[in-house]
Amino acid sequence: MSQPHRQAVLHLYKTLLFMGRDWPQGYDLFRKRLHKVFTKNSEETDPEKIKVMIKHGEFVVKEIEALYKLKKYRTMKRRYYDESA
Amino acid sequence: MSRVLVGVKRVIDYAVKIRVKPDKSGVVTEGVKHSMNPFDEIAVEEAVRMKEKKLASEVVAVSCGPAQAQETLRTALAMGADRAIHVEVAGAEYETLQPIHVAKILAKLSQDEKADIVIVGKQAIDDDSNQTAQMTAAILDWPQGTFASKVEKSDGGLTVTREIDGGLEVIKTKVPAVISADLRLNEPRYATLPNIMKAKKKPLKKITAKDLGIDLAPRIKVVSVEDPPVRQAGSVLPDVDTLVAKLKEGGHV
Repeated sequence: MSQPHRQAVLHLYKTLLFMGRDWPQGYDLFRKRLHKVFTKNSEETDPEKIKVMIKHGEFVVKEIEALYKLKKYRTMKRRYYDESA
Repeated sequence: MSRVLVGVKRVIDYAVKIRVKPDKSGVVTEGVKHSMNPFDEIAVEEAVRMKEKKLASEVVAVSCGPAQAQETLRTALAMGADRAIHVEVAGAEYETLQPIHVAKILAKLSQDEKADIVIVGKQAIDDDSNQTAQMTAAILDWPQGTFASKVEKSDGGLTVTREIDGGLEVIKTKVPAVISADLRLNEPRYATLPNIMKAKKKPLKKITAKDLGIDLAPRIKVVSVEDPPVRQAGSVLPDVDTLVAKLKEGGHV
């Protein structure tokens, strides 16, 4: 069985797993969901389609990063700067 | 070109619900997620950006604390610091470690390492002391730009925009100087997995306060740590008249 983009998929999975450690609802939930999504698409063999999926995965990584940053910034702002006008 | 020293502190993660120990001696830290103080992340980011703009030649991250402080230093290295110094302070000494001690350590290290700029977060989210930058500047007799929301290089020094009550203040300082980072200074980058892996190869030096000749004898004693008062429950009022009466009673109208 040929496995196009195997490296890239593994890398994406590891990156997402790593990011899941900071997930607000807990790592377990994140890990389960992540595993489900990857398993769901594991039968895909078309290199083009896999490429699109990896692109989407990379987009999700960026989104999660932005989410964490924003969440932290907002919490800090609320705790230290809210003059509750 | 200058060398930048960044102070980072390992604190209980901002998202964790803090619990006070039943004996009121402090807060529960065992088995609780820790991470880098958010204001220190901003400080590291600023130092790394200075390096990227070729304003700084090297970024050195420093942390004082138990062995786990090295994880925080790894994060700083992953964000782009070049090397790290771990000043080991453990056990009872760490519990009574105060900004005065950290300031002395930072001051000594910035002289030893020949740093030109020291950047720290304006305060840590655990003890909220907001003293380290000020004390470090005082010990070194360097100018300070605290609560910085913008730092620019200007001829022979720095132009620092400071967040003050109700507005901004722009000051010029000479170099060397001490800067403390405010929330709006920048948006710290996320320490990615590959960068954390790479950070493991970066040099991390471990020293003790004794090596630096700094006395860590406590200056204060924690008498009691208590939970903030719980918000009182609201009540539903039957009509407007009662509401008005209640408001008058509370002195709101």
